[in-house]
Amino acid sequence: MKTFRIGGVHPAENKLSAGSHIREAALPKQAVFSMFQHIGAPAKPVVKKGDVVKVGTLLGEAGGFVSAPIYSSVSGKVSKVDVALDSSDTRRMAVYVDVEGDEWEESIDRSTDLVRLEDRPDLDAKTIVEKIKQAGIVGMGGATFPCHVKLCPPPGQKAECVIINAVECEPYLTADHSLMLEKADEILVGVTLIMKAVGVERGYIGIENNKPDAIRLMQEKAGKYHRGIEVVPLKVRYPQGGEKQLIDAVIGRQVPAPPAIPINVGAVVQNVGTAFAIYEAVMKNKPLISRVITVTGKSVQKPSNLLARLGTPLSQLIDECGGLPADTGKIIGGGPMMGKALISLDIPMTKGSSGLLVMTEKEARRAEPDPCIRCAKCVGACPMGLEPFLLAQLSSQHMWDEAEHEAIVSCIECGSCAFTCPSHRPLLDHIRLGKTTVMGIIRARAAKK
Amino acid sequence: MNVILIAVIVLGVVGLVSAVVLFLASKKFAVWEDPRIKQVSEVLPQANCGGCGYPGCSGFASACVKAAEGGDLSGLNCAPGGQAVMEKVADILGLAVSAAAPKVAVVRCQGTCDVRPHGVEFDGAHSCRIQNMTGMGETQCQYGCLGEGDCASACLFGAISVNPATRIAEVDESKCTGCGACAKACPRNVIELIPQGPKNRKVVVLCNNQDKGALATKECKVSCIGCGKCVKVCDKFEAITLGTNLAHIDPDKCKMCRKCEEVCPRGAIKAFNFPPRKPKAEAPAAVTAAPKPASAAAPKETVVPAAEKPMDNTKQNETAE
Repeated sequence: MKTFRIGGVHPAENKLSAGSHIREAALPKQAVFSMFQHIGAPAKPVVKKGDVVKVGTLLGEAGGFVSAPIYSSVSGKVSKVDVALDSSDTRRMAVYVDVEGDEWEESIDRSTDLVRLEDRPDLDAKTIVEKIKQAGIVGMGGATFPCHVKLCPPPGQKAECVIINAVECEPYLTADHSLMLEKADEILVGVTLIMKAVGVERGYIGIENNKPDAIRLMQEKAGKYHRGIEVVPLKVRYPQGGEKQLIDAVIGRQVPAPPAIPINVGAVVQNVGTAFAIYEAVMKNKPLISRVITVTGKSVQKPSNLLARLGTPLSQLIDECGGLPADTGKIIGGGPMMGKALISLDIPMTKGSSGLLVMTEKEARRAEPDPCIRCAKCVGACPMGLEPFLLAQLSSQHMWDEAEHEAIVSCIECGSCAFTCPSHRPLLDHIRLGKTTVMGIIRARAAKK
Repeated sequence: MNVILIAVIVLGVVGLVSAVVLFLASKKFAVWEDPRIKQVSEVLPQANCGGCGYPGCSGFASACVKAAEGGDLSGLNCAPGGQAVMEKVADILGLAVSAAAPKVAVVRCQGTCDVRPHGVEFDGAHSCRIQNMTGMGETQCQYGCLGEGDCASACLFGAISVNPATRIAEVDESKCTGCGACAKACPRNVIELIPQGPKNRKVVVLCNNQDKGALATKECKVSCIGCGKCVKVCDKFEAITLGTNLAHIDPDKCKMCRKCEEVCPRGAIKAFNFPPRKPKAEAPAAVTAAPKPASAAAPKETVVPAAEKPMDNTKQNETAE
């Protein structure tokens, strides 16, 4: 069975909410829409206090090419445009909407009938990309990179295949898994749309083999939509959901070090949740206003997959799964490996919220770091072939030039090094600081030229 | 015997030839270095702190000599050495040195644990920069001191340390040389370098919070809320400006009248190294009573003319009110 070549770890899977149906979460009383829900320029608010909005009304327009518009997921009145705590744990510009009723924009098709690509011969590649751009779709796996940017390859580059990331290698998370089981047809139409948008005839869907039901279902249905779609079962290994690791696992090509991107080896990678959002945007005219989020944790009463509107406060989602356990030590937005600890439950859901993980006091406690014993386990675990112990050391000594020379910017921040370290050293904390600083230095140098 | 003689002669000739070659080479390829660089370097403190902006003390020395050729030493200052060292340097180079005001670092945050509670705990690597990257940090204020001590590890003179009780960095003014290493290390720009001031006296806004008033009030009990009261009370000297919801005192314009400290409803402005105020009689008299201790306590100081002016200003204010 296929997998990527270098490094990787296998954390306990803990997929507690696997197999539970996607439940629709209740409407919030007040929804908060951060203007920073994607990588790139923030969206610019286009509404003001007192404006009446419906589901699907534009709240913020894209702030540049690498940016995405933001739509209201609820109907009601804009109560203020002000700063709000968001999933980055900082206060940034946001639109607050007091919810009244549930009125939708008329342009949105709310029926559940499946529309196939053959039913819409008018759609060409340009129209599809434009619709995706208008709908504000970003990478739903958690990176939130604006989707239309990836579908417009830079001049001189040609895509050869589309790879759908249905790996979900993060422990605990089951949002993509449940989406595949319940919306397989829609996802596959979404895949055909992406393939048409980038003009390729080959599509791969990479799924780890801890989801045999999803693999079976996708294999049964794939042929009905496009002959070029192939489902690729993959051996369970973290971080297989990383773009570069997935390309290596599925088509056996390695993406060179930055600034090279996947298109340089002819691949366009999209998350399975993104494929579903693309289907809804193109075929149903529905902008990105909701997503599936896994609310889970060993102490949570009812670990579930919820279909929640963006802007819903996370506290409400936890309440729907049995409330916050008393011995909670840490709440993580995303999965346990790459997620980010949150400082408040008032934080609203954003386009990148793939999971909400509640950890008990005992689970959450990080062990005190011991000295490095030079066992090189981190070197063996690094999926990018780096030397994490060295990078962390260089970074903590502020030796940025040396860190750049050791390719610190290639780090994908997967956390395999810190996970595997027997001395519990906070390797990734230091490496992330070094990476951010070195990238700043590189950008400043480029700006000078 | 013969063998020994031959060996000595051969070695002696080889040595002689080599000596001549080396002597000629050293003349031919000599790199001339200004002897003054070494002299200047010798009077510098050799702390290699980088506060001057040059790579260590020898870098600074060659910069001084280079500047001396232009006949001007302005813009060059050795912070740890201070005026005394700069005068020695100027002596060697045969120049006059302009008096540079010695500076000192201030930590613009008073958000101790009781006024700015730590709602969450950061359990990652202990570094302000790393904690700052994760967002707000442990408190609700995203502008204040993080208390992990990046400044303390950057300081070569042991002048700044984090008080474990308050979790705020504190400067030991007697050790601070004003090199600015701490200000560069602070990811939130909490530390500012300001002139030492006469008798080490200075008035500073000890807050870095740039949130709007309502939010700033919630975040910390001693935050600047940008109300502008201090700006109004300082209208004569115009030393205080309001940035993004944050007041800032220009040390060059400040006359040390301490009226802004009085008027600040949040206690965010603090005067350093002033003698204690006389106890106040009643609330309405507080404003008039304020400048008196300063003028009374320091009658022979240079501060006096400055301290007199505020008196007039106070009267104006009273009539205005």
